[in-house]
Amino acid sequence: MGLESLRCKECGAEYPLDARYVCEQCFGPLEVGYDLSGLDAAETKRKIQAGSRGIWRYSDFLPFEGGPPASRGPLEPGLTPLIRTDRLAERLGLREVWVKNDAANPTHSFKDRVVGVALAKARELGFETVACASTGNLANAVAAHAAAAGLDSYVFVPCDLEEQKLLATAVYGTTLVGVRGTYDDVNRLCTQLSETRGWAFVNVNLRPYYAEGSKTLAYETVEQLGWAMPDRVVCPIASGSLFTKLGRGFNEWRGLGLVDGELPRFNGAQATGCDPVAEAFGAGNETCLPRQDPDTIAKSLAIGNPADGPYALELARSSGGGIDSVTDAEIREGIRLLAETTGVFTETAGGVTTAVLAKLAKRGDISPDERVVVYITGEGLKTLEATRELFEMHEIEPTLEGFETVVEGDRAAAATGTAS
Amino acid sequence: MAVTVKIPAQLRIVTDDEGEIEVDGATVGDALEAVFDRHEDLRERITENGDLRRFVNVYVGGEDIRFKDGLETEISDGDEVQILPAVAGG
Repeated sequence: MGLESLRCKECGAEYPLDARYVCEQCFGPLEVGYDLSGLDAAETKRKIQAGSRGIWRYSDFLPFEGGPPASRGPLEPGLTPLIRTDRLAERLGLREVWVKNDAANPTHSFKDRVVGVALAKARELGFETVACASTGNLANAVAAHAAAAGLDSYVFVPCDLEEQKLLATAVYGTTLVGVRGTYDDVNRLCTQLSETRGWAFVNVNLRPYYAEGSKTLAYETVEQLGWAMPDRVVCPIASGSLFTKLGRGFNEWRGLGLVDGELPRFNGAQATGCDPVAEAFGAGNETCLPRQDPDTIAKSLAIGNPADGPYALELARSSGGGIDSVTDAEIREGIRLLAETTGVFTETAGGVTTAVLAKLAKRGDISPDERVVVYITGEGLKTLEATRELFEMHEIEPTLEGFETVVEGDRAAAATGTAS
Repeated sequence: MAVTVKIPAQLRIVTDDEGEIEVDGATVGDALEAVFDRHEDLRERITENGDLRRFVNVYVGGEDIRFKDGLETEISDGDEVQILPAVAGG
């Protein structure tokens, strides 16, 4: 029982559990292989429920031996709220919609999960410096977790990221490198650097371990639904790693008998300004044609050359789901819809996800009796600029008259549909 | 055209540890064929039925050849043809 090896997802070749990510036989991606056959469902469930209040309660399903690793850092991600959102469901004509608010993590995005796992592995393997190629959220998480663990860090991002994401990275004392180029340029540079620097690039040479952290979102969903499966999930796609690892998480628990039921339908969400996976899905292709010049306000999803694109396509198709894309205007409306109906303020990626949910509902793809879980992966305060034009402020003099004429006057005019 | 083909660390087990290989060729496909002539084991690791495998990225002068003419992309004297894994990031 336990950890076995790194395995190629393409050809099955096996490798030792060290810092590597590419198959030397066929250049395919490596994934952590486990033997879970010795786990007893009832005992595992008890152990999870008695575990820590975060991702380490799922240690049996993460790439470490013997429980929560001693190398883990002090910022534990996970156990974020799963909120039943009847007002959102009602607005969309659906019965049961749940929002998994993963902005409620230490650095306000789901990236804390993958970084929590990657940094523990980096320390276990003896690395003293960690690094990443990021569209922003990963940058925040790597910088913060490295600071907390006392590791040196380098964070590489496209230099035109949202200011909030740059500031919320640099503040932790990392070496922040703004690259003049797209995320794919940043990624290529980091792939090259990983060959010669003795660093743990969390999403390059440690990617097989890092990606495992995303499975905890599936485990939490099952646990928080009372050990039950959703019928459908809606999840953003950038590289496709989160999307496919959610599938792996659900399947592992189904295999062990920790939860009954079919795998949910998987709906992926992309922005039309960078939608290589949605495009390939629509065209019936098995691989994605990269996008050269991503152009969307959803910068955290702007990956033109998605590493897990082929696997995301397979999962969407085999589960009976799909992959859709939405425009910048729809993304802004998605942010507003989620905020107005649930009290959750999400960044642009969550706007993409909510907008795709709305699109599926409108198209009649979701039957009325379905239980849907929507993954909100990041915090609205990180992409404030995107919401600037959605609202207006009533500015008044500090007098009763000012309030009555301007604010109450505006509201009355809005109620009757006349212009103020 | 003399170009340099850069081999990623993961594939140097079949190039006798060579990281940069100088070859001649008019297109990316030609240059790769010339490399395969010297290191035949490399062929099946990055190609399948004459095409690049799906997790292989090839760049000329820093640009992905899929944005140009794929393996037919023309190359000029002194160009760098870089092979990199497509399985990083995100």
